[in-house]
Amino acid sequence: MVMINKIVETLEDAVAVINDGATVLIGGFGEAGSPIELIHALIDHGAKNLTVVSNNAGNGHVGLAALIENKQVSKMVCSFPRTAQSVVFTDMYRQGLVELELVPQGTLAERIRAGGAGIPAFYTPTSVDTPLAANKEKRVINHETFVLEYAIKGDFALVKCKAADRYGNLVYNKTARNFGPVMCMAARHAIVQAKEIVPVGTLDPECIVTPGIFVSKVVEVSNPAEESQLLKENRRYPW
Amino acid sequence: MVEIQNIKPWNRNEMAQKVAADIPDGSYVNLGIGIPELVASFVPEGREFMYHSENGLLGIGPPPQPGHEDPELINAGKKAVTAIPGAAYFHHADSFAMIRGKHIDVCVLGAFQVSQNGDLANWSTGVPGGIPAVGGAMDLVSGVKTIFVITQHTTKEGKPKIVKECSYPLTGKAVVDRIFTDLAVIDVNKRGLFVREMAPGVSFDYLQSKTEAKLEI
Repeated sequence: MVMINKIVETLEDAVAVINDGATVLIGGFGEAGSPIELIHALIDHGAKNLTVVSNNAGNGHVGLAALIENKQVSKMVCSFPRTAQSVVFTDMYRQGLVELELVPQGTLAERIRAGGAGIPAFYTPTSVDTPLAANKEKRVINHETFVLEYAIKGDFALVKCKAADRYGNLVYNKTARNFGPVMCMAARHAIVQAKEIVPVGTLDPECIVTPGIFVSKVVEVSNPAEESQLLKENRRYPW
Repeated sequence: MVEIQNIKPWNRNEMAQKVAADIPDGSYVNLGIGIPELVASFVPEGREFMYHSENGLLGIGPPPQPGHEDPELINAGKKAVTAIPGAAYFHHADSFAMIRGKHIDVCVLGAFQVSQNGDLANWSTGVPGGIPAVGGAMDLVSGVKTIFVITQHTTKEGKPKIVKECSYPLTGKAVVDRIFTDLAVIDVNKRGLFVREMAPGVSFDYLQSKTEAKLEI
């Protein structure tokens, strides 16, 4: 019997498929849900010229900020790159070393969801009458103006969750869920780090948030780093 | 000369309490980044409403006790929060379906500028080299029925934030319903800006002197 088994043993194996020029969706809202260990594995792996879709642009010199600092990211698609500790992105954006596509947060989430759901584009009221709607196609529906937004698909997604099984079924932890479910849907290969891998049948089918069909690989990271702790300790990756 | 000796501006907590007091019973209320986060600490005695955080939480509770922060339980401003009993977590597309789909009743946002017709600017100062960051603000103003703004009345340099026309890029046009500042509570409607309440010692003339747009009583 050939069993479905999405578990990979190492972080290195998990990210080995990521190629230069890929679009990588990276989960997380600030540090909550940020798959730091997978991002660090991607730094070790070295794929370059990446387009990264993520709500924020990283903090300090670890995780997503370290990936940007290592010059692997040519373009960021995000809603909120300006945070107090987002020093790397700010510096490199000003130097013209990384491009920014700024997307309202709900539009970002829905573009990713649409990408995963086979919807190529949609009309939304968000950003009408603002500079972010400039040069975008508009349409009046029922006397209200809407902006056309296109779906986002990823070649890969990097996502963190609380528990997974070998089928790739996932449950998340509190507000660390954020973009994880839609990013798994929208990526050709969703690569997930789970705090715990449990036997099939352990996760309650009523409570599975991401069904395994949306997931390609799962790697166990039982003791993930906390970004805020790394920042307090002034850590940098590579260590 | 405008008399200023006896002015007692409301502090941030008092401003947040004023906002909470004006929220209708049973409302679902989104809290934005900055001073709006403080509103979560204030649900008036004997009343119930539900605070929503764009990052996937319905039922924000008060801030955690020191030492009990959970980095995976945070608000829109990425600060540690608690979840009330009966809270729910959900992913980002669902969270913004609540917002864009007009399921949220009230939203509390910060502001760089508010204009006399309720235009809001709170995401970019348009300065070259500045990093624009919009977050969920544009989704919120397009989808939420009632928009409350909570902000200091003037900038750190003393310049009015309530202006005739926003000079900064807009977040939304004619979207603000009520403004809560350290000096006053002001309603925005089609006929203009109407002062509902002023902080202790604030006269109408003083308030007008700190406001570029024309105020009415």
